[in-house]
This record gives sequence, structure tokens and C-alpha cells, in this order.
Amino acid sequence: MIPDTLVDISRLQFAFTALVHFLFVPLTLGLSLLLVVMESLYVKTGRQIYKDMTRFWGKLFAINFAMGVVTGLTMEFQFGTNWAYYSHYVGDIFGVPLAIEGMMAFFLESTFIGLFFFGWDRLSRRKHLMVTVLVALGSNLSALWILIANGWMQHPVASFFNPETMRMELSAFWPLILNHVAQIKFLHTLSAGYLTGAVFVLGISSWYLLKGRDIEFARRSFVVAAACGTVVALGTVMLGDESGYYVAEHQPSKMAAIEAEWHTEKAPAAFTLVGMIDDEKKQTDYAIKIPYALGLIATRSTDGVVPGVHNLVAENAQRIRDGLIAYALLPAMRDRTATDIERARFEAHVDNLGYALLLKKYTDDPQHASDSMIAHAAEDTVPKVAPLFWTFRVMVLIGFLLVLLLMYALVTARRGSAWNKRWFLRLAVWAIPLPFIGVELGWFVAEYGRQPWAIYEVLPTGLAVSSLHVGDVQASLTAFVLMYAALFAVELFLMFKYARLGPSALHTGRYHFEGGRRDA
Amino acid sequence: MPDYETLRLIWWILIAVLLVGYAVMDGFDLGVGTLLPFVARTDAERRVLINAIGPTWDGNQVWLILGAGAVFAAWPAVYAAAFSGMYAALLLVLFALFLRPVGFDYRSKIDHPLWRRIWDYALFLGGIVPALVMGIAFGNFLQGVPFHFDETLRSFYEGGLMDLLNPFALLAGLVSVAMLSMHGANFLLVKTEGVVQQRALRASRISAVLTIVLFVCAGAWIINGIEGFRLLGSIDMQAASSPFGKTVVREVGGWMHNFYEHPWMWAAPAAGIGGSLLVLLFGMRRPGMSWIASAFAVAGIATTAGLAMFPFVLPSSTHPSQSLLMWDATSSPLTLWLMLLAAIIFIPLILMYTAWVFRVLRGKVTVEQIQQNDHAVY
Ligand code: HDD
Ligand code: HEM
Ligand code: HEM
Repeated sequence: MIPDTLVDISRLQFAFTALVHFLFVPLTLGLSLLLVVMESLYVKTGRQIYKDMTRFWGKLFAINFAMGVVTGLTMEFQFGTNWAYYSHYVGDIFGVPLAIEGMMAFFLESTFIGLFFFGWDRLSRRKHLMVTVLVALGSNLSALWILIANGWMQHPVASFFNPETMRMELSAFWPLILNHVAQIKFLHTLSAGYLTGAVFVLGISSWYLLKGRDIEFARRSFVVAAACGTVVALGTVMLGDESGYYVAEHQPSKMAAIEAEWHTEKAPAAFTLVGMIDDEKKQTDYAIKIPYALGLIATRSTDGVVPGVHNLVAENAQRIRDGLIAYALLPAMRDRTATDIERARFEAHVDNLGYALLLKKYTDDPQHASDSMIAHAAEDTVPKVAPLFWTFRVMVLIGFLLVLLLMYALVTARRGSAWNKRWFLRLAVWAIPLPFIGVELGWFVAEYGRQPWAIYEVLPTGLAVSSLHVGDVQASLTAFVLMYAALFAVELFLMFKYARLGPSALHTGRYHFEGGRRDA
Repeated sequence: MPDYETLRLIWWILIAVLLVGYAVMDGFDLGVGTLLPFVARTDAERRVLINAIGPTWDGNQVWLILGAGAVFAAWPAVYAAAFSGMYAALLLVLFALFLRPVGFDYRSKIDHPLWRRIWDYALFLGGIVPALVMGIAFGNFLQGVPFHFDETLRSFYEGGLMDLLNPFALLAGLVSVAMLSMHGANFLLVKTEGVVQQRALRASRISAVLTIVLFVCAGAWIINGIEGFRLLGSIDMQAASSPFGKTVVREVGGWMHNFYEHPWMWAAPAAGIGGSLLVLLFGMRRPGMSWIASAFAVAGIATTAGLAMFPFVLPSSTHPSQSLLMWDATSSPLTLWLMLLAAIIFIPLILMYTAWVFRVLRGKVTVEQIQQNDHAVY
């Protein structure tokens, strides 16, 4: 059997490296969009200040981008190094979007990013804008393809199990691409990234306004950020609601955990706003509930049912037993010795094969699993409730707070009153970390909520790991933590330094620290 | 859709193209990193080197990312067994590669000697370590890697980090460092002038000679000492992928079979040696031609290893019959076909816009330019 400690530490390493990668990704996505907007304004109006804006925010973009590449490299290697069985088992499908991402997106962004910084004097205005657009396009496409890959893990479509090769294989291309779980994930994640960029620019511009520096530069940046930000903040919230709908449809175990729905309630179910979750006793104490709300949000109907934890566990125990029928036929199917009847039986139950594999956590030989093992494996099919319940609620809270923040910024900026509201400018500075927290929590909800599956209902996480020694992964995780911490410290140091310096960092002679005119 | 056998062959060629593409395109970046302490003496000179590759190294590195992605998609079992088996070696490469994105971007953002010296050292490691370790990895592939599968196709690796560091593998690592240094030096011949260019020329000559000598030594060792792998009988090239249906034997000089049976394959080692000789010949007189010659040398040497092993891609030293071949370790026909279509569309596009970017950025990088644009360049 695969040691639990190996599984746990591999998960920890993946979670750590992925979450660190996703500290940089949203800012790359968000700033690349804003750079396109700012540079378009430059090309359209010909005003130098928009060029300075593009170049200054571009500098911060570069500092962030480097770390995005560093941490992204890890992700690319890690499927093979730490999730070897996963790679074998689903590489036929999962590898496709990943490789297309490389060809279509990474080449685009990484080839043109150099020209973005070094091409100002070598390209006409229009050509340079085109380069900026291509960089932004590259990062957006990269998000698209990786989320198609991730969307397939959450909702594996267009694939079938091939017993001769002992792996999942692709059955059709377009359904993989048009997987609506992937599409909604892409849009929600992308808008969250844009939101991160907008709040970042808004916050730093507010800080210049508070300090009374580079006023014109800061105001214009503020307006661009507030305008784009309002749209994407609303989008993030709406698309988040849409994500929840798809979770309810395709991942009932995740939904039950997010909503602390212990027992299936009569439709439409009540929504638990907050409460004391008790994962041991499987109950919520002191719950504050909103009648009907969960049913309406999750199923968009008054008669849709949201299955509860207990009911899912009971159902899944049955699916495990069912999957064992397919499991028993695996050797005959692999060696092509199965009779037609056996073949038909296998086909009828292969959809639950993944459930039988859950037993591998408890025994090497699932066919002789005891009833108590099956009961344990069935319990595993619903992730822990408390962590999901709370992370989800904080993400949503952040979403609403940011909508308010950006709308207020936009309205007051249009009236011209934002510049005098020091309390609000201060608030905007303090809001910078919020979207980062939001995206991290969002990924936690999506990924932890998928447990115990690496591929939902297909491949248990516990089986997906490489056969490494626990010590190897302990060593590598330690190395990742130390290395990332060091590089992150350097990155933050530079980020703060250049943000404090402001547009003076461009050395144009026009800005605050250069004794130049106050405004361009 | 072509038949499975054809698709498998095409994918062997495509992956070879991607990995050779990586060696040629990012190879000179690694080489410049390796040469950083030797070719540049002052801060301004080091910035000349860094800015010579600064705008383009990131795009070049994507050849590696795509290479890994393509192995994942086309040869999932290879990706799984090789990456998890050589865990420590891969992480070493990875950690060294970390030093480059930040090194390039952060180094010149702060004007302090210690800060810059640390990053110079990091960029040197980011160049030499991947070059060395990837060579060592190839040296191990040629000797077989100790892994096997259980009946669910889970791979197990039986070696340790130290086994990777055997003498032949170290020699292969040195070949890799020498050839990429040569390639980097030739890129600098094109992009620099004055003393820096003079030193690059010296580096180019020394590394070209070393490349030839070390490559020939490795070849002699392959012929006389290393046990190659050979497939006994034939296998069904249309069959579903599984590593179990074949018999493999090992014999000294086994890797030479392909060259004896298909003499045209000698073109690859000939390009390796011939390219390096041309580098010595062209040198300063025709820097552009010299760089192209070194590109041929790098491509020739990398291809030599691939052709010698064909159809093996990951031989197993402990369970030779479970070695992975390009016939029995691939994805399904549909996946290979779709990926081929994607490659047909995107690879030419990539080559086109990469060429355009290099053209826009053409011209020498000089100390004066760096000093004039102190805050805009790396
Ligand atoms: C929603 C978006 C998103 C998600 C979920 C991921 N990434 Fe990422 N990744 C990006 C969005 C992105 C980006 C915005 O395109 C980055 C960030 C900064 C950058 O350089 O590009 C990037 C960089 C980046 C790079 C460096 C590319 C280069 O050199 O240009 C690699 C190899 C990966 N990523 C690989 C991965 C893998 C294997 C992931 C899955 C586990 C992953 N990323 C998750
Ligand atoms: C295509 C993109 C991604 C893929 C394919 C992916 C895949 C995986 C895999 C294989 C694991 C380990 C096994 C498991 O525990 O399920 C995992 C866990 C995890 N991933 Fe992702 N991931 C992706 C993106 C991300 C991103 C961008 C983040 C957040 C920044 C993230 C957050 C997590 C977390 C928090 C876990 C740990 C869950 C746990 O086991 O406790 N993932 N993911
Ligand atoms: C009212 C507000 C929001 C709702 C209802 C909402 C809903 C959701 C749901 C249900 C998921 C899980 C999807 C899955 O597991 O497949 C999710 C994931 C996620 N959320 Fe939110 N969210 C909201 C706001 C936000 C905000 C403000 C951010 C960041 C700024 C954010 C970032 C993310 C990210 C990055 C993910 C992971 C990717 C994905 O699964 O789409 N969300 N969100």
C-alpha cells in the first residue's frame, strides 16, 4: 500500500507550490490587461503620460512576471516528478491542453515580453502596442488552456478507461475544449485576475495621492483601474455564482461540504450563512439560516434537491461495491480473455471503477475488502466540511467588499471627490491584499473540495502519487519552502522599492523625486 | 488520420525536434550563463552579456517547457517514469532554472556591488547546472535507468542520486557543458564587440576543441564499453501501448547497430564534429556563420544520442524487457493525431514570430549602449 505520509506530503508540496504560483498569476493577468488599456490610450491620444503609465506599471509587471515564470516551471515538472501515476493514468487527455498551452500561449507571452521592455525605441507606436496585446493574449490563453486541463480534472468528460493500457484515453477533442465546467472556471478565474490587477493599481495610485505625489499620473491610473475594476468585480461575483451552480450539478460532494448540508433537506433547502461546524459529529450548531436560499442558488429552482453528506456517503458505498465488479474483471479485460458476457458486465460497471480504487487506501486487494473498509472509503468521498465552509464564505465576502470598493471609487472619481477622501484612499491601499486572499481561497475551495479525487470519480488522489521515499519529498518540500521564501522576500523588496519610487523610476526627469515638474 | 505506427514515428521525430530545438535555442543562453565569469570582467561587460540574451532567453526556454509538455502528452509513461525516477536530478535542474528569470530581471534593478555579484553567481549556476545535469541525464539514459513497472503500470525506481553520477554520465555532462559553452560563445561573437568579443572568441575555440575531444571519447566508450539495448524479434507497432510485450537484450556496442544498418545516420555525429571544426575555421571572420555551425554541432550531437537509442527512449537497466520504446509507450492514436495537428499549426507560427523578434532586436550590444540606457536595460 502507498504510505499515507507520502500522499500527505506530496499533496502539501503541490498545494504549497500551486498556491505560491497563484500569488503571481492573477497580477500578471490583471496588469497585462491594464497595460493594454493604458497603451491603447497612449496610441490613441499620443499623450506622453499614458506611455509613462504603461512603462511604470510595466516595471512592476516585470518584477511579478519573473516570479510567475519561476513558480510555473515547478508546476510543469511536478506532474511527472510527484504525480507519476497520475501522469500515466491521464496523460493521454491531460497532456493535450498542457502541450497546446505551451505552443499557443507560453511561446507568445515569453517571446514578446522581451520586446515589450526592449522594443520601445525599435518599434513604431502601433507595433509596440501590438506586442503588448500579444503578451496579454498569451497570458490569457495560458489561463484558458490550463483551466481546460483543470476543468477536466473536476469534471472528466470526453474520455474512457482502456483496460489494455490501464489508463484513461481521449474519446473526442471538442467536448474536452468546450467542457462547460472549464469555461466557467476560466471566466471566473480570469475576472478574478483582472480584479487583482485593478485593485493593485487602484491601491498604489491612492497611496501616491495620499502622499501628494505625481498627482496627475496617479489620478489617471486610479480612473483606469476603477473603471476596469468595477466591471470585472461584478463579473467575478456573477461568474462565481455560476461556478456554484455547476458545482451543484457536477460535484455534489463538494457542494454538500461547502454548504454544510448534512442531510438532504426538502426542496428548496435553507442556506446556512454561518454556524459552528462539527466535522466529528457531522452537525452544525448555532446555525443562522436563510430559508429556501440554498435551493434557489444551487439548483435555480424551487424543487431541485441538494444532496446531504449522509445521503451521499450511503450512495457512494453502493458505488464502491458496484465498482468492484469492474475491478474484478480488470485482468481478463487487459489480457483480452474476457467473454462477451464479462465484457458487457465490465462496461456496465466501469464508470464506478474509480470508487473501487478508493479501497486501495485500506487494502492492496480491494476484492477482499471488509465491510468496514468499504464504510471508511465511503466516508472519504465527502471532503471535510469546516475548511470548505469557511474559505468559501470568506471568498464571497471579499467579492462583495471589492464590488463596493470599486463602485465607490468609480463614482467618486467621476465626481472628482475621490481625491479628497483620505479615509477612502487609505482603505484602497489596505484593500490590495484582499483579491490575493480571495484567489487563494478560491483555489482551496476548488481543489480541496475535489478530494478524495485527483480526477473526480476516476482517480483517487492517494493513488496518483509517484512511488518516492517520504524523505525525498520532505527534502524537496523543505527546499521549495526555503527557496521560494528567499525569492519572494527579494521580490517583495523590489516591488515595494519600485512602487515607492513611483514613476520617478523611469528617469524621465518629469516626476516627483527628480525635481522635475510635478505633472507631465 | 494516419495509422498508429506512422503517428508514433512522427512523434518520435517531433519530440526530437523539440528537444533539439531546446538545445539549439536555449543552449546558447545556458552557454552565455556558463561563460559569464570568464568572458566578462567588469559590471558593464557583464551587463553586455546579460543584455545580449536578456530580451530573448525567456522565449527560448519555452522550448523546454513545450518539450516536457509534449513528452507528457505523447509519451505519458516516459514522462512519469523518467521524471519521478530521476527525482533529485530533475529538482536540481529546476532549482538552477529558478535563478534565471529572477537573475535577469532583478540583477540590475539595484546598484550595489554585492547584490549584483550574488546575481552574477546565480546566473552562472543557472547556466552551467542545467547544462551539466541534462548531459548527465542523457548519459544515464544511454546506460539504462533502474526502473520497472507493476501490473497496474505504476513505475518504481531502484537507484539513488549517487548512481546517476557514474563516470560515463559525467563525461556526457561535460560534453553538454562544452558544446553549449561553444554555442554561447558564438552567440556572443555575433552580439558583442571589442574585448568582450575577443574573449568570446577564445572561449569559442577552447570549447570547440573540448567538444570534439570529449564527444569522440564518449563515442569510443559507447562502442567499446557501454552495454546498449537491442530488441529481440519484432513487436506489433500498431498495438495498444504496454511495456510488457517484448524481449530486450543488452550487449556491449549495442547502440551502434542503427549506425551500421543505416549508414546515413552517421550524418548526425559528422555534423557534431564537422560543426565544431567549422567553428574553429570561421571564428571572427564570419561570426554569423560560426554561430550557425555551432548550432549544427549542437543539433548533431543531441541527435546522435537519439538515433543510437532508437526505438528506445527510456531503457531499463534492471528489467530491460520493460524498457520504454517509442512504439509501446505512446498516447492513443487520437491524442497523437490531435497533437500533431496542433504542432503543424503552431510550430511554424512560433518559428516565424521568433525570427521576427530576433530581427527587430538585431545588432550589437555595447558598453556605451548600456551606460546610456542605464535604467531601461537589464
Ligand atoms: C489561471 C491561470 C493559470 C493557472 C491555473 C496556472 N498558470 Fe501557470 N502561468 C499563468 C497562468 C496560470 C500565466 C499568467 O500565464 C503565467 C504567470 C506569470 C507568467 O509568467 O505566466 C504562468 C506561468 C507559467 C509557466 C512559465 C511560462 C513561461 O516561461 O512563460 C509555466 C511552465 C506554467 N505557468 C505552468 C503551469 C502549470 C503546469 C499549472 C498547473 C498546475 C499552472 N501553470 C497553473
Ligand atoms: C491546471 C491547474 C491545476 C491542476 C491540474 C491542479 C492539480 C492538482 C493536483 C494533482 C493536486 C494534488 C492532489 C490533490 O490533492 O488533489 C492538487 C492539489 C491542490 N491544488 Fe491544484 N491544480 C491546479 C491548479 C491549482 C492552482 C492554480 C491552485 C492554487 C493556487 C491549486 C491549489 C491546490 C491546492 C490548495 C491543493 C491541495 C488540496 C489538498 O489536497 O489539500 N491548484 N491540485
Ligand atoms: C460572490 C462572490 C463569489 C462566489 C459566489 C464565488 C464562487 C466560487 C465557487 C463556487 C468556486 C468553486 C468552483 C469549483 O470548485 O469548481 C470558486 C472558485 C474560485 N474563486 Fe470564487 N467566488 C466569488 C468571489 C471570488 C473572488 C472575489 C475571487 C478573487 C478575487 C474568486 C476567485 C476564485 C478562484 C481563483 C477560484 C478557483 C478557480 C475556479 O474554480 O474557478 N472568487 N468561486
